[in-house]
Amino acid sequence: MAAKLQKPEELLKIDYNKPGNKDWMDTPVEFREGMFCWGAKGKDLKTLELPNARDWSPKEEDWKLPENWKDTILEALADRLSKYRSFRLFMDICVRCGACADKCHFFIGGGDPKNMPVLRAELMRSVYRKYHTTGGKIFGKTAGARELTLDVLKEWWYYFFQCTECRRCSVFCPYGIDTAEITMMGREFLNLLGLNTGWISGPVANCYMKGNHLGLEPHTIKSSIEFFLDDIETVTGIKIEPTFNRKGAEILFVTPSGDLFADPGTYTAMGYLMLFHELGLDYTWSTYASEGGNFGFFTSNEMAKRLNSKIYAEAKRLGVKWILGGECGHMWRVLSQYMDTWNGPADFLEVPKSPITGTVFDNAKSTKMVHVTEFTADLIKNGKLKLDPSRNDHLKVTYHDSCNTARGMGLLEEPRYVLKNVCNHFYEMPDNTIREQTFCCGSGTGLNASENMELRMRGGLPRANAVKHVRDQHGVNMLANICAIDRATLKASMEYWVPDVSVCGTHELVGNALVMKGEKERTQDLRMEPLPGKEGKE
Amino acid sequence: MMLKNLLSEKRAAILERWLDIILESYPADTSNFLRQQKNRFANPVGAAISQGINGLFEELLNGKSSDEISPFLDNVIRIRAVQDFTPSKAVSFIFLLKKVIREVLEKEISENRFSDELSALDADIDNMAMEAFDIYVKCREKLYDIKANEVRRMTFRLLQRANLICELSEQEQELIDIKNLNVKRKEVTK
Repeated sequence: MAAKLQKPEELLKIDYNKPGNKDWMDTPVEFREGMFCWGAKGKDLKTLELPNARDWSPKEEDWKLPENWKDTILEALADRLSKYRSFRLFMDICVRCGACADKCHFFIGGGDPKNMPVLRAELMRSVYRKYHTTGGKIFGKTAGARELTLDVLKEWWYYFFQCTECRRCSVFCPYGIDTAEITMMGREFLNLLGLNTGWISGPVANCYMKGNHLGLEPHTIKSSIEFFLDDIETVTGIKIEPTFNRKGAEILFVTPSGDLFADPGTYTAMGYLMLFHELGLDYTWSTYASEGGNFGFFTSNEMAKRLNSKIYAEAKRLGVKWILGGECGHMWRVLSQYMDTWNGPADFLEVPKSPITGTVFDNAKSTKMVHVTEFTADLIKNGKLKLDPSRNDHLKVTYHDSCNTARGMGLLEEPRYVLKNVCNHFYEMPDNTIREQTFCCGSGTGLNASENMELRMRGGLPRANAVKHVRDQHGVNMLANICAIDRATLKASMEYWVPDVSVCGTHELVGNALVMKGEKERTQDLRMEPLPGKEGKE
Repeated sequence: MMLKNLLSEKRAAILERWLDIILESYPADTSNFLRQQKNRFANPVGAAISQGINGLFEELLNGKSSDEISPFLDNVIRIRAVQDFTPSKAVSFIFLLKKVIREVLEKEISENRFSDELSALDADIDNMAMEAFDIYVKCREKLYDIKANEVRRMTFRLLQRANLICELSEQEQELIDIKNLNVKRKEVTK
């Protein structure tokens, strides 16, 4: 698109009173309430044996850093540059073409130039140049290099916790720079000084000690699920009896713990329970590998690996053949791209094969873990499910591609195939907001706290704007997705931007449409709301 | 009605200048993007502002169709309420329309032909600004509601299990009763 040429009279209109724009390096970071999360708690850092465990607040001047903090960061920078070739490449290769600049949801919705992915990465590149390039060492600022100072460190913290590692910018980078990996590295460095957020380190500590982010103990997990079973019985008349920690089951099922507690994720969990019961699937839940999500991934490589290890360990302990995973976003980036090399090879497991259809999931040959929408899409394709999509006729559904499943593992068609089979009214959002180009919910990577609500609303705007469009065009009233964080955060985003649209997991709609053997006449959906045409019957 | 005719005639110039002034409230890199990216899904803020000022100008000229809150104003203020603006800065662009109109119609206004109409227009713009303030406050209140609702959602199941939820609708109360009954049955059968 050619820039508009100014007319001579426009060029003459020079406003001498307008202050010049400062260079970004001369624009100090200003901590604004609503834009950042509270600091990590000392007790959680201690549990995780992370450095510099103490209570601290980003709002205070003094971050209680160790005296040698600068050496720690610079040594880590040198170490990671030698360890990861990709990191050095990403530091060196950017030509600042600007292709990524306007692709970040935080920049689009908020307008802070330091949220342009190129500039956010430049916060770190400038330090890299100062200490690792000849030009930077000699010419300093002229060569885009700067010293690592306390202000720079604080700027890193502020902006590396304003990136959801969604990787939309990377789709547009002609060099394929993965900006998410720069953020991941930034956070890893900050964690060496005890500079995590409470919203991340709390769940990580819980997960390390109890197996899941919420810190649910085995009896609580069991009783939560029993509560869903009561609801399912009310809606369908069918009593389901799932098993827990059962040795010798064919399949281990792992899902994010968020689905066990917060609505609307809970309805998605009910959908799984109903589907597996109807199939007579030989599967078990685990109260140990009770978390698919991995907030360690937002902390450091080492922490992510540590939390992930329980999945294969539990599969081995129980002696299952393969693993089925629930609807989650970053969980799948970890499982699909990291688990195998961190904690594999899982050679004690078999290549996943659906016991119902006989389909072998070759795509999961190495990890031995299958996404539940792949599993369900295969069931539908093979005609193994009796579905009544009219039970979702009160819903006009659109689908939000979660960043990690779409861009991280290319899971684009299966969820759509499932949705189109379980509901009659499905509408896509505009092309440049879905699939590989999907917009983030605005609150991923552990940014789904409450204290940073303004940040979340800014980041959520581009997605919400596309939802609003399909609401206006087609009357869409339900935003389906396959991510536990989406289910929690899009609800808030919709409440602000498009209040009449609800949020659901894909398997909630499967649960509604699934015709089960021996069920009573359904008058309610899983939310206990009357089905279309059945009002007053419940 | 002379002034309104003139405003209608000069609509393009007024809106362009008004847009310039609004975009100047953003950093330079951002305002370039907001101005140049024309796809409304790639640039929801720029689109809301351009459509917003068009719609608002139309409402000023022809009056609003109802007493309801202007959707154009709501779209713009809802965005500015979560951006880097103080409350006054978030709504100030409305007042700036007065300045824009006086700049664009400098000659005509200096001939003093429209003083009555101009006062009426100023009053309409003031009303619009007050409406913007109402929207701004509602948006900020909404943010606090959302925070509270999130906490409620996270704890609802816990409270429900502990039977600590009160003020239920009749239907919900019935469901809880059934569940309690089931629990009691279970206890009895143990």
